[in-house]
Amino acid sequence: MKYVDEYRSPDVARRLADQIAGLVEPGRQYKLMEVCGGHTHTIYKHGVENLLPPAVDLIHGPGCPVCVIPMGRVDDAIALAERPNVIFTTFGDMMRVPGGNGSLLEAKARGADVRMVYSPLDALRIAREHPDHEVVFFAIGFETTTPSTALTLLRARSEGIRNFFVFANHVTIIPAIRAILASPDLRLDGFIGPGHVSTVIGTVPYRFIAQDHGKPLVVAGFEPLDVLQAAFMIMVQLAEGRAEVENQYSRVVREGGNERALEAIAETMEVRTTFEWRGLGFISQSALKLRDEFADWDAELRYDVPGVRVADPKACQCGEVLKGVIKPWECKVFGTACTPEKPIGTCMVSSEGACAAYYNYGRFSRRLETLAT
Amino acid sequence: MCLGIPGQIVDVVDHEHHIAKVDVSGVRRNVNVALLATGPDAVEVGDWVLIHVGFAMSKIDEEEALATREFLERLGNPYEQELDELRASSIE
Ligand code: SF4
Repeated sequence: MKYVDEYRSPDVARRLADQIAGLVEPGRQYKLMEVCGGHTHTIYKHGVENLLPPAVDLIHGPGCPVCVIPMGRVDDAIALAERPNVIFTTFGDMMRVPGGNGSLLEAKARGADVRMVYSPLDALRIAREHPDHEVVFFAIGFETTTPSTALTLLRARSEGIRNFFVFANHVTIIPAIRAILASPDLRLDGFIGPGHVSTVIGTVPYRFIAQDHGKPLVVAGFEPLDVLQAAFMIMVQLAEGRAEVENQYSRVVREGGNERALEAIAETMEVRTTFEWRGLGFISQSALKLRDEFADWDAELRYDVPGVRVADPKACQCGEVLKGVIKPWECKVFGTACTPEKPIGTCMVSSEGACAAYYNYGRFSRRLETLAT
Repeated sequence: MCLGIPGQIVDVVDHEHHIAKVDVSGVRRNVNVALLATGPDAVEVGDWVLIHVGFAMSKIDEEEALATREFLERLGNPYEQELDELRASSIE
């Protein structure tokens, strides 16, 4: 219990931990998946796992947007960045993600004009400031960032900015959860649902998880107490034999999500037939591309994007980590050949990737426990 | 980019494009508030919002905002990095 003091209310944390332990059925092992990378980060930073009884295991899901971009898409991004006259803009997190052909950071060192931006609206401003250049924005992320790209496109159109292009890589959470549920090597008891994604999509889209798959999902906030409380709510459902969608983060998340955000997405983007996810492979209808009405702003139509598929490095087990089949430290190169400074796989790049979260916070107690038993 | 950071709206800069100035841990920058322009979650000067990549995504109360900020400050490096990126931003 050594991490309990870091919590805002240590008493509440301890009580929740005790209550969770009290709900464990003797002999039963529980696997709860936190879908969102932000939760993974919280869990390691604050040692939430150490508070849970050994019978309750947290599995780290695929909800880290940087981690799921396949190598081929990074290579495509580099090919765009290396075009003459292109200013390539990206969130900082994507800079170090390795493709088959190095990272954007390396492309920048070779002379490509790659710029980090905080917001797609910064990319649009750069386009405004450089009318003689073509500015490409590397749009990534789940539903949390998709509305930003959508609103930026609407603004580009209303202002008639023609030298701004979006390289769309937005992915959607529901098909990823479906893929996980369909994965035979994984038996989950419940889900801790993403907080910020749910501010956009609301809680209704998760209902199939409870209704068709009989598994509880509790949307949770990002503080350690939120995660603990969500785990508790799931355990209560399991103990009572219920499977429902519940909202622990109602102080931010509304049942209906943000209508205006959903409208902006629907106006500018549509579902792709299929999209490759790092580690998970192709998942049908799991990503978005620009609608025909926005063809003039679509980098994939404007340029010849190589679109070569690059296999994940053999040593990297990001796929297994993203599906929660193995823990990061079970990967053979974890912490040796693969570190945040020299990542082999994307799970080691973003601070929300499970491998990086494990590495940065060095919480190996679970491992020691496992080794000891 | 995945962190939702709380900021307080200090000024409405551009009504037409829904641009407002927010204060995030002392860093003042413009963000887009179009998603919270009307309806029950409509925001005005003084309100707190959670911001993602330059867009206010949800309205929150002050208590939640301060608690989240404290949490992020204790998170350390990732929040510092987010603030650095925000500092480099100049949304129009
Ligand atoms: S430790 Fe590195 S190589 Fe291994 S799964 Fe994680 S990211 Fe991939």
